[in-house]
Amino acid sequence: MNTIRRRLLGAVPVILGISFLIFLLMHIAPGDPVSLLLGDDATPADIERTRREWGLDQPIVVQYLDFLSRAVRGDFGKSLKFNEPVLKLVWERLPATIELGFASMLVAILIAVPLGVYSAIKHNSLLDHAGMSVALIGVSLPNFWLGIMLIYFLGGQLNLLPVAGRIEYGMEVPPITRLYLVDTLLAGNFPAFWSAFKHLLMPAFTLGTSLAAIMTRIARSSVLEVMRQDFITTARAKGVSEKVVIWRHILRNAMITIVTILGLQLGALLSGSVITETVFSFPGIGDLLIQSISARDYRLTQVLILFFAIMYFVVNMLVDVLYSVIDPRIKF
Amino acid sequence: MLSFRYLKIWIGGAILLLLLVSGVAAPLLAPRDPQAQTLEDRLRPPRWTENGSPAYLLGTDNLGRDMLSRIIYGSRISLIVGATTVFLAGFIGCLLGAVAGYFGDITDEIVNKVSEIFLAFPFLLIAIAIMAFLGQGVLNLILALMLSRWVQYCRVVRGEVLSLRERDFVTAAKALGGKDFYVLFRHVVPNTVASVTVIATFAMAIVIISEASLSFLGLGVPAHIPTWGSMLSEGRSYINRAPWLTIFPGLAIFITVFGINLLGDGLRDIFDPKLRRQR
Repeated sequence: MNTIRRRLLGAVPVILGISFLIFLLMHIAPGDPVSLLLGDDATPADIERTRREWGLDQPIVVQYLDFLSRAVRGDFGKSLKFNEPVLKLVWERLPATIELGFASMLVAILIAVPLGVYSAIKHNSLLDHAGMSVALIGVSLPNFWLGIMLIYFLGGQLNLLPVAGRIEYGMEVPPITRLYLVDTLLAGNFPAFWSAFKHLLMPAFTLGTSLAAIMTRIARSSVLEVMRQDFITTARAKGVSEKVVIWRHILRNAMITIVTILGLQLGALLSGSVITETVFSFPGIGDLLIQSISARDYRLTQVLILFFAIMYFVVNMLVDVLYSVIDPRIKF
Repeated sequence: MLSFRYLKIWIGGAILLLLLVSGVAAPLLAPRDPQAQTLEDRLRPPRWTENGSPAYLLGTDNLGRDMLSRIIYGSRISLIVGATTVFLAGFIGCLLGAVAGYFGDITDEIVNKVSEIFLAFPFLLIAIAIMAFLGQGVLNLILALMLSRWVQYCRVVRGEVLSLRERDFVTAAKALGGKDFYVLFRHVVPNTVASVTVIATFAMAIVIISEASLSFLGLGVPAHIPTWGSMLSEGRSYINRAPWLTIFPGLAIFITVFGINLLGDGLRDIFDPKLRRQR
């Protein structure tokens, strides 16, 4: 527990730094957000009144402190575009992004771990080269393009999968966890589950492949590294079967690096979700971010970016903690 | 495996050269003006298909603009943004990393704290945030991508300098009366060139994809400049009627990034002794 508490405390200055940078960005933005929002018809008096209402007439440090003190109380103000509390909007959209994130991660693991491990075990074989070429292709594929191509072939030409949204229009999902796959199962509504599953497939595959490409290489190189250690030779020398050597000795040790990278890649997954959600009109917070930017809803944009940063930070911290579970040698 | 390794560098280098030539000589190579609209020829498919016109090899877009010319001109933005960002981010990152690693103490601490803040963001998000508030534009785009990429150089160079500064040749240079900055930039930094080259190559690939992603999201350069990302974004609405509007710009991005990654891979194989041992 001590470790987590210490890490949390260490995170405070970083999060403060991030929030201040984002706050500053909004103020160096060209154009006045108020006149942009109110449009050309607004009178100077209207603009002045709104500025005062939002506290924009105060010095920047006062505004920042005010923002912070509200943020601590969970009050991030109202979105200008949606005219709803920002926190409520984020809360409603977050489960979609989480569901997409987990599904993509699963896709990535299912592709990367077997491919990487197999390439390493058979390294320098034709299969190894083929696997690494596939990974290189994966890293180089812009995922928004892959998404559009999937929409074209699987959605348009073959008409196999739905191309947008989270579930078929009109299907009811009880709001329990707001993760559609979980909620539909809990409600025993299998047609809705199937629909949500089908809607998730293409976005998860799109986002998952870019991650898989990176992870395959990491998995391969970390397995290769472990395979060269003396304790593997020892295990083989004392007659342990190859299966046990691979599963118990090599994989368990290689997993440390793989989990680290997995954690670090969650950041890429988060920013990737912005693009993937936009391509598939998937109603998560990435899609919300782009909507808020195009509506110049600065307040919502600010909170969303801050939210992404904090999420990334927290996830990285969790990964650190996870290490000590996988590898008992690591103590904080 | 030596030949295979060089093969990567040759193919990757050739693709990078192609990008360079196409960007620099775009006015000579492009068959038409990328902005010229021929409305009667709108949404023409590529030449080899049923309704294709011999005048347009890769077809035309919804305003009757020649796709091939737009793709050739689009390479300019990828090239300019990619090269400038990689160079500037490399310069800043290496400088800060070298100074932090060599002098240590408070300098190191400050540089570390600042880079920690930048590392706390997923890098594309930094770029999205900056573009969201600063607005579209080539300079803003370069600034946004640069701010999100310098940290990587900084970290690697700092790490290398930390170990290099303890080496005998550095002590010797100092013993001969070399001033700190002289020793750092004449003796220490040149030894980091191999790693920096590899990072820069991969960074170029990442920057090109990021530029395309930002342009796709409408957060890149202004709409009137043709870029691969914005072409994809415009073509998306015609995906079922005119798939070539999205297929070709995407292929251009893919081939370019693939080539640069291949080059980076090849360079790393040669420069990284640790990896060489693994082969």
